Amino acid sequence: MTPPDPRPVALSARGLTKDFRGFRAVKDVDLDVVDGEVHALVGPNGAGKTTLFNLLTGFIPPTAGTITVHGRDITGRTPEQIAHEGVARSFQITSLFDHLNPREHVELALQGMAGGGLRFWRSDSVLRRFRGRAEELVEEVGLADLVERPAGELAYGQKRALEMALVLALDPKVMLLDEPTAGMGREDVDRTIALVRRIATGRTVVFVDHNMHVVGSLADHVTVLMAGEVLARGTYDEVRTDERVITAYLGEDSHA
Amino acid sequence: MSSPTSTSDATGTGAALAGTGGFLGRSRRGWLLVGLGLVLALALPWFVYPPVAMDIACWALFAVALDLLLGYAGLLSFGHAAFWGGSAYVAGLAAIEWGLPFPLAALLGAVFAMALAWPVGVLSVRRSGIYFAMVTLAFAQMLFFVVNQWRGLTGGENGLQGVPAHFFGVEAVEDQAFYFYYAALPIIVAGMWFAWRVVHSPFGRVLVATRDNPARARALGYDVERYRVLVFVLSAGLAGLAGGIFAISHGFVSLQEVAWQTSGKVVLITVLGGIGTLWGGIAGAVVIVLLEDFLASSGFDGIGIITGAVFIVVVLLFRRGVWGTLSDLLGRRTGRSHAVERSISAGDGEEPTA
Ligand SMILES: Nc1ncnc2c1ncn2[C@@H]1O[C@H](COP(=O)(O)OP(=O)(O)O)[C@@H](O)[C@H]1O
Ligand SMILES: [Mg+2]
Repeated sequence: MTPPDPRPVALSARGLTKDFRGFRAVKDVDLDVVDGEVHALVGPNGAGKTTLFNLLTGFIPPTAGTITVHGRDITGRTPEQIAHEGVARSFQITSLFDHLNPREHVELALQGMAGGGLRFWRSDSVLRRFRGRAEELVEEVGLADLVERPAGELAYGQKRALEMALVLALDPKVMLLDEPTAGMGREDVDRTIALVRRIATGRTVVFVDHNMHVVGSLADHVTVLMAGEVLARGTYDEVRTDERVITAYLGEDSHA
Repeated sequence: MSSPTSTSDATGTGAALAGTGGFLGRSRRGWLLVGLGLVLALALPWFVYPPVAMDIACWALFAVALDLLLGYAGLLSFGHAAFWGGSAYVAGLAAIEWGLPFPLAALLGAVFAMALAWPVGVLSVRRSGIYFAMVTLAFAQMLFFVVNQWRGLTGGENGLQGVPAHFFGVEAVEDQAFYFYYAALPIIVAGMWFAWRVVHSPFGRVLVATRDNPARARALGYDVERYRVLVFVLSAGLAGLAGGIFAISHGFVSLQEVAWQTSGKVVLITVLGGIGTLWGGIAGAVVIVLLEDFLASSGFDGIGIITGAVFIVVVLLFRRGVWGTLSDLLGRRTGRSHAVERSISAGDGEEPTA
């Protein structure tokens, strides 16, 4: 379809497969995400997108297949090791610490990368050295007015924004965003698109989204997943007009 | 390997877990509370029989040690008797065989408890919830078996008799429970200070994060298991310190100290007092030790039934324990440190043993 891209591959999977007690959620997936691109992963609910993210970030071990980041094999690494390899993820279901405020969240993330979390003999005031950077990031995602508000009290869209701040705090080379705009109103969706565009410079982004406006605005390439398998891949326009994709999505619509 | 776990529900006491804000913030009120606590601790042997005062202090430190693990890491150990009792034997032997002054003997016991806890922690933190409780219980039962069998060293069922309380030749301390209490109190307080230090350290922050949302903590680059092993070892050290002092203050080490009932009792005290506050363990120890002493001295022989009933009533009526409820009434808590609702995303990062 597309001519081979001359740029190096940032994230790559070969023959990635995941069985859940006999149910094959991800089947023999090959994926190549080019360095510096924004790559969308689309497909109906249950297609295996989140499972693929969980595999790529070490949250679940693959049944078969390999994963490489910038040519380094990371198959079998733990999530924290993969985070230290420069691959950060957000969660589809907002996954925060309810009693911590946005600044404390980001401080925790910054410390996670910088190290020093095991120092049980120090006062937690040493975390203050992350404060400036943390507040910058909180501002970056539009939560400047809410730095002190416990995450449990944030509105849904604000929590999604905080998820983004946490991913950014890791200063990753590769970011995996699982449905960053799910459940957002139009305004927040546009803000998120602008944010992803801004942070994507110099980074590689893979994101899952059901909103075709988001996919169309952001993605350089799109991979369509269906029942755990890659159904199609290419640019947004190529995929949008692909016969198999249309059939699959129409089939999906007729169920709904 | 990756076995992300949903620990927080480990405890079964769910919503009672508070954030790090529970134990004296850096407010003036917090310091006032510490001052008041110290005054009460200093006055205690004037109001209760000194050996009972010593028991309260030891159990309070033991409960604080367990709370460090249960309240802040969300891990329910049902084998902490191994550390309390293991240290009691080591401290007792050190006092008998080498004539070590009791603070050093207790410290040696604490070091032994930590050395024991390290491999146990490595093997058990891979499990969570009830499985963690079971694995820790199994290890403690193994130690019980060894202690019971190794009669030559431990005295088996008779325990270690005639443990001397050496204290640099200060006879008042060595002979009288009243003065012994004052010699031991600084060690107990130092242990509690240490627990406070841990909770309010960078490590403590991460610990609470691993408790509330381990998957997210991993995604932020934290090796959750390392944090759990370390807190397990630190908790065991404090439990050991308490157990060592307890044994020497009694002048003997009984097999009871490594029995599962002792593990159960410290869980009861901690949960009764309220977890995730450190103060809770102290409150729980005061209530339970005084209650047991009162029942025992009034010749009642169904102590377990009464303490069990008190436990059930407190847990049902005051879900956040004695301390949590008290501090609510006093209005100390802000919404911030209130019951934390954890949002461990179902499905995300959860691996059902594939
Ligand atoms: N931990 C799990 N255990 C068993 N089945 C799972 C697990 N996680 C996901 N699945 C199943 O795998 C399939 C793909 O799920 P998922 O990756 O969440 O899809 P998507 O993110 O594309 O909506 C679904 O049928 C889901 O029920
Ligand atoms: Mg999904």
